[in-house]
Amino acid sequence: MRIDHKVIKDWVAPNSRVLDLGCGDGSLLQQLTASKNIHGYGIEISSENILRCVENGVNVIEQNIDQGLSNFDDQSFDTVIMSQTIQTMHHPDKVLMEMLRVGRQCIITLPNFGHWKARWYLTVKGRMPVSDLLPFEWYNTPNIHFCTIHDFDELCKSLNLNIVNRKILGTSANTRFLQTLNPNLFGVTALYRLTKKL
Amino acid sequence: MSDTASETTALPEDSVGIVAPQTFEFDQPLLLACGRTLDRYELVVETYGTLNAEASNAILICHALSGNHHAAGYHSTDDRKPGWWEHYIGPNKPLDTNKFFIVCLNNLGGCHGSTGPASINPATGKVWGSDFPNLRVRDWVHSQVRLADRLGIQKWAAVVGGSLGAMQAMRWALEYPDRLGHCVVIASAMKLTAQNIAFNQTARQAIMSDPDFFDGDYLEKDTLPKGGLSIARMIGHITYLSDDGMGKKFGRDLRSGSFERGLEEPVEFQIESYLRYQGKTFSKSFDANTYILMTRALDYFDLAREYNDDPAEAFRSAKCKFLVISFTSDWRFAPERSQEIVTALMRADRDVVYGEIESVYGHDAFLVPNQQRYWDLFSAYMQGIDVSLDGSSN
Repeated sequence: MRIDHKVIKDWVAPNSRVLDLGCGDGSLLQQLTASKNIHGYGIEISSENILRCVENGVNVIEQNIDQGLSNFDDQSFDTVIMSQTIQTMHHPDKVLMEMLRVGRQCIITLPNFGHWKARWYLTVKGRMPVSDLLPFEWYNTPNIHFCTIHDFDELCKSLNLNIVNRKILGTSANTRFLQTLNPNLFGVTALYRLTKKL
Repeated sequence: MSDTASETTALPEDSVGIVAPQTFEFDQPLLLACGRTLDRYELVVETYGTLNAEASNAILICHALSGNHHAAGYHSTDDRKPGWWEHYIGPNKPLDTNKFFIVCLNNLGGCHGSTGPASINPATGKVWGSDFPNLRVRDWVHSQVRLADRLGIQKWAAVVGGSLGAMQAMRWALEYPDRLGHCVVIASAMKLTAQNIAFNQTARQAIMSDPDFFDGDYLEKDTLPKGGLSIARMIGHITYLSDDGMGKKFGRDLRSGSFERGLEEPVEFQIESYLRYQGKTFSKSFDANTYILMTRALDYFDLAREYNDDPAEAFRSAKCKFLVISFTSDWRFAPERSQEIVTALMRADRDVVYGEIESVYGHDAFLVPNQQRYWDLFSAYMQGIDVSLDGSSN
């Protein structure tokens, strides 16, 4: 199991209703169904991914999240997940609020643009960072709203959101010390578990 | 049960081949939604593939407005056209006859062999005509249940339909939740919009205003309201295609005449000739009363009427899984109507896969071949259906 999926699994309650926005091939929902007996739906826009979801036996709905989640009722899911997708949204802040309207909690994972490699790429090469994780050029990338961990923390603060958990993942276990020391410099992926402040 | 011939040479290899319809007689009275009863009736049925020993691999195909039991294969080697869903039923096709035993019937009220307005009313010895009872989607489903019993099928692996056929599939899911594992809803809606009813009403008026209609008793007068039925079909046909698709196929091409100055020769566009031909052919092969009956059944259908007008409450009665498919250029049963189905299913916490297929073929898209994405999604879903004994819920 992917390490970020492992973290998400710990944050999802057994037998709960889960909505996965940008669910990819459905493997996260498949794992959550198997290990936590959740009942889940994935939202996807890519026809290839939708086919993979069907092959994986996962509920998948073709829908463009950028056009909103108005078809979902308030608080109709226990958890709404968006994994490695928020940076592709036209309005990440609005999506975040929508997720917390539809779900009692939301889980966001995002690539940290403040990672030292990205900074090095921009500082030394003077070019927009291209990496294994984000293998796109600036003109063809679906990732249109990059942020750093600090930026996302700030967004949560300004939207008055409660960060229940925050987990930073690096490239390997060896860098765990560095990630703890300076997550914004050494964290590759950030995972947030958020609720609305009461 | 299948009548696939091995010696045929001229037929395509991916076809179920030569098929023959069978007639089933039912003499247990059927109480209809309108309050009347059909004491006895016949249903004409075709089947493709082989029913397994556990009878767990059966699929029911419900036909749409002008469909019938002949969904796939050919009736003879001279047959010019195969069944209406030939492109999607057959070996290694989405409705794979290597895996499934497929059943398709002509619905009650039809005009291709099953009891309908053109049949003889045994009580009077005369043609039913205008006296044939009004049918609703649920009546078809009830009659299909009896067919399933007769065939020894306790639970369908799937009930599948497009358009009006999908309304039957959904009704199955609500009324007989233990008797299907999957419900496949293609290009459909939970109820028609006002605009949609308006088109049906215009078509019916075209038929009824034909002087040869005789209030539905035209057969007694030994005539047919061909002109009216032909116009009804033309109206329907226009709404089943998209502006874009029609433009691509016909444009403003001329069939005859010219716009040259000084010539008074009348001009005929290709689309005019096409529509007229479609209308004319249809009016000779279809019964006008059946057309009225089928369009009314479409209009009357409202999935959630008996469930406090709450589609989610309706779908909570279902136990099966759903595949819902729509087509982008379908304006008669627009993707929004399918999205409403999906939203209701999610509210009801039911399993569902939804795909919106990019297509220029309008409502007819569900019948049109060579649409890779439609094929892939439909195939992948059907392949995932477990037909092992108690597996059709997986």
